[in-house]
Amino acid sequence: MTTIQHISTSRRIKDRVVQGLVYLAFLLAVVPLVSVLWLVISNGLGRFDLEFLTHSMNGIGARDAGGGAYHAIIGTLEQVLLAGVISVPIGLLTAIYLVEYGNKGRLSRAISFFVDVMTGIPSVVAGLFVFAFWILFLGLDFSGWAGALALSILMMPTVVRSAEEMLRLVPNDLREASYALGVAKWRTIVKVVLPTAFTGIITGVMLAVARVAGETAPLLMTVFFTNSINTDPFSGPQMGLPLFVFDQAARPNDTAVDRAWTGALTLILIVMLLNLVARLIARWRSPARGR
Amino acid sequence: MAAIAVFLISEAIPALRANQANFFTELTWNPNSEKSFGIAALAFGTVLSSALALLIATPIAVGVALFISHYAPRRLAAPLGYLVDLLAAVPSVVYGLWGVTFLVPLLRTPSQWLNETFGWFPLFGGEGIIGGKTMIAGAVVLAIMILPIIAAIAREVFLQAPRMNEEAALALGATRWEMIRMAVLPFGRPGIVSAAMLGLGRAMGETIAVALIFPATFDITIQILTPHANSIAANIANGFGEANDIGRGALIASGLVLFVITLLVNMAARMVINRRKEHARAGA
Repeated sequence: MTTIQHISTSRRIKDRVVQGLVYLAFLLAVVPLVSVLWLVISNGLGRFDLEFLTHSMNGIGARDAGGGAYHAIIGTLEQVLLAGVISVPIGLLTAIYLVEYGNKGRLSRAISFFVDVMTGIPSVVAGLFVFAFWILFLGLDFSGWAGALALSILMMPTVVRSAEEMLRLVPNDLREASYALGVAKWRTIVKVVLPTAFTGIITGVMLAVARVAGETAPLLMTVFFTNSINTDPFSGPQMGLPLFVFDQAARPNDTAVDRAWTGALTLILIVMLLNLVARLIARWRSPARGR
Repeated sequence: MAAIAVFLISEAIPALRANQANFFTELTWNPNSEKSFGIAALAFGTVLSSALALLIATPIAVGVALFISHYAPRRLAAPLGYLVDLLAAVPSVVYGLWGVTFLVPLLRTPSQWLNETFGWFPLFGGEGIIGGKTMIAGAVVLAIMILPIIAAIAREVFLQAPRMNEEAALALGATRWEMIRMAVLPFGRPGIVSAAMLGLGRAMGETIAVALIFPATFDITIQILTPHANSIAANIANGFGEANDIGRGALIASGLVLFVITLLVNMAARMVINRRKEHARAGA
């Protein structure tokens, strides 16, 4: 540095100021995360007991303490599972088409554009659509199944995107080796491409599930409310955990707000757990690292 | 996609027929009793809250993206990026709960100070109650929710900036900021624009958090510190439970408007991203 001319002070100051701003921006982004998590944990732990996890809100008066989210937890798990059952096969097949058969033709470009745009559909609109189609047009009841339909609309684009990315990471050499051995295209896909991309696809699906599990708005219009346990997703109103939080948070009593916080804690635990498992699977065996 | 539009339209028509007021200019929303409702106030609230959220989130998101792509120590960059992604994993209803119980009281004092000191500025003006469930509280929550989306896309774009140009700038004696300004930002500008638009689309469709925070008033005001705020999505969530047939049709009609707006915003954003991809490929 002694032989090279020094950087002028004003330039150095500017550089430092920007660096400070960038660090500040990052801090600003992390502060709400910490604050949300802290509040949820500190307020939610109070009611996070066995009663909360094993009892419903049936027969709990407006001001009573006690009660729980058992009905909501069951509802959420069933709805998300059903949504996965609907959207994973469709999403996976779409991704396979895009990567293996589409050849970047006009159709595959149109599909991939609309998948991108579908990612941006507001969740209320998905809920309204299922409500308009399923409940008003077909005249069927509010049910967990209708909620699962709405969730699957939101889930599908995420599944397609992540599965597509994973399939693209499968090295072409593997496909060509398989073709060279005279294996048919569909067998190559089923036996070579899919197993290679399997863990990546699972990760994508888990992330999509985690995203969908926290959705409230579509449930509001399709699952409706109930305070009692309904284990049958195909008939009658069910409850969902996000819906439970929304419902309890809107009530004025402290006991209800406490329940809302505990519901939020349970929901975050479920979502974070799914996220964590997904990341672990991704790290454990990612095709990207090419072993 | 087409099916969504078709069914929303078909279920909205009866309510729109029964509407006594002009759907596009009427402010109030009384479809259940008086059969008169309009989208004007709701649409205005949606646009204003998302625009404010975007205004808050974009600079911070760009900073976060720069931090992760160019400032953070290499070893820490990935975990820190994951931390920001976690923000997106928190369900929106939790943000709503957090906003109502924590952020709303927190913002009261600064809001009152802003109103007293800068009351002449229309955005901060207003008489009577200041603070509480305001437009700005909702906008801050929305900003937190769209921040990870914008940051993730901006980060991708910044990482794609040509290494050669960056190193050339540094070799010529540029400071880190000068290098970023000359080599990274010009390259990333379209990416930032489209990321911001995707965030805008997300903010417009966000429902539950704002449904909990916004006080559900039906008027048009830009005084963001007074408790007057609403949005299409929040209105759907709040009004759905007690709506009768006409009311539901009206809500579906408003959902249709929201659908069209977000669709346009998202398509525009995607078009920018796709064009940029082709550019990048042609240049490589």
